[in-house]
Amino acid sequence: MEDMKETVEQSLREMRETFASGRTRSVKWRKTQLRAIIEMVKDNEDKMCDVLFQDLGKHSTEAFRDELGFVIRSATTALDCLDKWVVPRKSNLPLLFYPAKGKVISEPYGTVLVMSSWNFPISLSLDPLIGAISGGNTVLLKSSELSPNASAFLAKTIPSYLDNKAIKVIEGGPDVATILLQQQWDKIFFTGSPKIGRIILAAAAEHLTPVTLELGGKCPTIVDHHSVSKDMKSVVKRISGGKWGSCSGQACISVDYVLVEQSFASPLIEMLKTTVKSFFGDNPKESGCLSKIVSKKHFQRLARLLNDPGVKASIVYGGSMDEDKLFVEPTILLDPPLDSEIMNEEIFGPILPIITLRDIQESIGFIKSKPKPLAIYAFTKDENLKTRILSETSSGSVTFNDVMIQYMCDALPFGGVGESGIGRYHGKYSFECFSHEKAIMEGSLAMDLEARYPPWNSFKLAFIRLAFREAYFKLVLLMLGLIKVRDQ
Amino acid sequence: MTKLQLLNTNHTLCFAKGFYRYRTRLNLASLATSPNLISGGYSSKTCIPSRLKFTCYATLSAVVKNHTSAFDGKEAALLVEELRVNFNTGRAKSYEWRISQLQNIAKMIDEKERCIAQALYQDLSKPELEAFIAEISNTKSSCMLAIKELKNWMAPETVKTSMTTFPSSAQIVSEPLGVVLVISAWNFPFLLSVEPVIGAIAAGNAVVLKPSEIAPATSSLLAKLFSEYLDNTTIRVIEGGVPETTALLDQRWDKIFFTGGARVGRIVMAAAAKNLTPVVLELGGKCPALVDSDVNLQVAARRIIAGKWGCNNGQACIGVDYVITTKDYASKLIDVLKTELKTFFGENPLESQDLSRIVNSFHFKRLESMLNENGIADKVVQGGQTSEDKLNISPTILLDVPEASSMMQEEIFGPILPVVTVQKIEDGFQVIRSKPKPLAAYLFTDNKELQKQFVQDVSAGGISINDTVVHVTVKDLPFGGVGESGLGAYHGKFSYETFSHKKGVLYRSFAGDSDLRYPPYTPKKKMVLKALLSSDIFGAILAFFGFSKDS
Repeated sequence: MEDMKETVEQSLREMRETFASGRTRSVKWRKTQLRAIIEMVKDNEDKMCDVLFQDLGKHSTEAFRDELGFVIRSATTALDCLDKWVVPRKSNLPLLFYPAKGKVISEPYGTVLVMSSWNFPISLSLDPLIGAISGGNTVLLKSSELSPNASAFLAKTIPSYLDNKAIKVIEGGPDVATILLQQQWDKIFFTGSPKIGRIILAAAAEHLTPVTLELGGKCPTIVDHHSVSKDMKSVVKRISGGKWGSCSGQACISVDYVLVEQSFASPLIEMLKTTVKSFFGDNPKESGCLSKIVSKKHFQRLARLLNDPGVKASIVYGGSMDEDKLFVEPTILLDPPLDSEIMNEEIFGPILPIITLRDIQESIGFIKSKPKPLAIYAFTKDENLKTRILSETSSGSVTFNDVMIQYMCDALPFGGVGESGIGRYHGKYSFECFSHEKAIMEGSLAMDLEARYPPWNSFKLAFIRLAFREAYFKLVLLMLGLIKVRDQ
Repeated sequence: MTKLQLLNTNHTLCFAKGFYRYRTRLNLASLATSPNLISGGYSSKTCIPSRLKFTCYATLSAVVKNHTSAFDGKEAALLVEELRVNFNTGRAKSYEWRISQLQNIAKMIDEKERCIAQALYQDLSKPELEAFIAEISNTKSSCMLAIKELKNWMAPETVKTSMTTFPSSAQIVSEPLGVVLVISAWNFPFLLSVEPVIGAIAAGNAVVLKPSEIAPATSSLLAKLFSEYLDNTTIRVIEGGVPETTALLDQRWDKIFFTGGARVGRIVMAAAAKNLTPVVLELGGKCPALVDSDVNLQVAARRIIAGKWGCNNGQACIGVDYVITTKDYASKLIDVLKTELKTFFGENPLESQDLSRIVNSFHFKRLESMLNENGIADKVVQGGQTSEDKLNISPTILLDVPEASSMMQEEIFGPILPVVTVQKIEDGFQVIRSKPKPLAAYLFTDNKELQKQFVQDVSAGGISINDTVVHVTVKDLPFGGVGESGLGAYHGKFSYETFSHKKGVLYRSFAGDSDLRYPPYTPKKKMVLKALLSSDIFGAILAFFGFSKDS
């Protein structure tokens, strides 16, 4: 570990030197790196799909949709928009400040740390990296040790495509993370659990480092069957896709549980069963379209959640597990006990509890009683319910009539609130996430207002009063001596 | 060392040690029982790690005394619980509630202008006009801006969606964070309390304000006025010092907005980490003013004086901390500064009504000891007189003090102005960059090239060219630090955003659902997806019909 500490310190020194040289600030450098990321993904498509299959059993189509394709898209957007993003934003100054000019310029923070997660080990590493590069920072990426093949791939491949004096990868687990957190960074970007998020934030406090935390939470899905009965087929497909079709539910924005009215629970379950069969066949373990559970530890965690007697009794579909293959069958629960662990921690696996309510309006209260989730999904055409969800609940994002797809919409900020995180990224927000907005005022020494300076008198007070009200006409009258000082 | 100094040294050390040992779980309980831990400590010449040296003294308690606290953790918990219940009724979210509270603040400022100015005079001997410009008017205009713009700020922003999510529409909706805590500072005790509260109310939050106990008159006035003018079910003032602050910090907030020193800033952020609470830290730093030799010297000097002594007598986080100029030009600059000081504050500035005093004897002693350090006395070129019973120090200028002196290592936060000389003006950049990033950096020059270089190469919260401090009054500019000078920004719309969560909302329809997205996965699906993700409509259509562009 002493060696590791030295490596980290050495890397940090080198990155700071690179940043100080000013190289990473040029738009040209940023664009070259962004192009290199696209090239890297394109060149290594098969290799990347391989490592994702090894680590998570991800099908290559799923891998392309959620990771490779996403990264290419994100880098392309940054490349296309960078010229626009870096332009200083003009500010309006009050007339009184004439001839001064105001603007806000985005400057890179400096040397930043990105800690990524194992469930989307390529995209959750490269997407923040794209933001950090767009902002003109030097970056150290710590990939997750729980997806070792993807991690090793990134550590090996990134240096040969990107500027390795400015962008570095360090592999390792909690011990390496601890060493990294002891260093001073100019920004920390973390994707993971609230528990580790707290540790990161506390460590960052020592150096006053700004932090973005992308955490998770139990993302609820409301099914208002009254208003979407005609489209039930799509509803069920989208829910199933969002639960089992993306890393087997091991995603921070995947559907965690479903809220539905009692009367509609059994038809919904029947439709879900049919859809699961059409997606994954009669033997999902062999379908090749379902990711595996990432590790023994997580497998055992899911097993523990399911083995709670109350929870076990609520299984209406699936429930089989294979520890050797780290496989958990798509599983549906009907009304597991609300005080069970599975209803109080993020499930992060292919288990879908259906919670029944007497009236779908109760879903608002149900969601409000839990910590703020990263996303709320609602299938409804009822405008009143939509408004209630938007104004009464709080969450990172809300998506109506679909799940997870808000992640792909780079015009929307992606990030949590409360327990689901701090800060946001994607598209322009990624650039902002890794930039300090510096306020600039450019004045001139040619004109000066006597009223700004002591010694103070009542004329100056009157003048300033009017100036703050931007009452310029009266101001002129005052200066011409046409109104009395006391009239203000 | 005096007894007080000794005490402080011990506590600083004690604090610094504690800080390092319990890095991830700062021992707040111990802070509660011994308030002097945060309150003490200015003699940082001891073995404190250098980055801890920069302290904005804005919230550090001056008096080392034992508190008997009436407001403890239990009461703080009850308070937050009550406000949360009231927030959850949804009342504070309505436009009507927000606007009525903002209007009440405006009304409060209008009606109580005199009381506010008096309280500021009691706490800081702040000249009435200075109080009016820097605090009362400034706060009022923020409030008026919020009233005028609130509808626009609250309106959801419609954004364009891409083909990947077609057909859909998207909005960004601002929502209040919940129950927020504002901890303010003593140097602009009215402005720094009310301005963040305006942002919090505009964004629809329930808010608790903890004004600084070091400006007691303003603190108790705020408590009185808030209960008189504002909705007490959702807006509260808690007065007190370290124990009360500690009790407050122990609670779960949805945002903490802190103005003060970097050291306490660290404590606030570490406390916030326990509950994943986002923080805004408005800290300070040594704000430099770099003066080139081709400038209109009189105007430059006046603006430096306005940004140093005219700004709460140097006790401001954005005040000019030190001046850098070329060796040849220094004496000219100092001469003009002297002349202008005389026009502003007369022959005997200790008697001037136009200067604030030092806030208390703790800070007076701290500043005095800066002047009494070895090798400082003979560097004084102007001023240097002190009056302990009046808590006054005359505007003091020093030339080329040793870099190792505490005056050049700590934020001065008082009426002392060191002038640092360099060979070439460009060398000044290096001086600035060798120190932690300041909250503001000032440059006086007509040289456009130098301006450009300064704006690009100097990292600071904000930059003013050819002026000092005024950039802060521009509501269209974000105000906040970077690195050691803080995190997060506010003022104008930025205040609103600071206290809001930007919720992404995507509306999808059921039309045009394609099986592409769903398992079972086939090579064809992958091909179409590939084209879709790169927004290649043509490719997507081709792939959909089974053709590949590559083949």
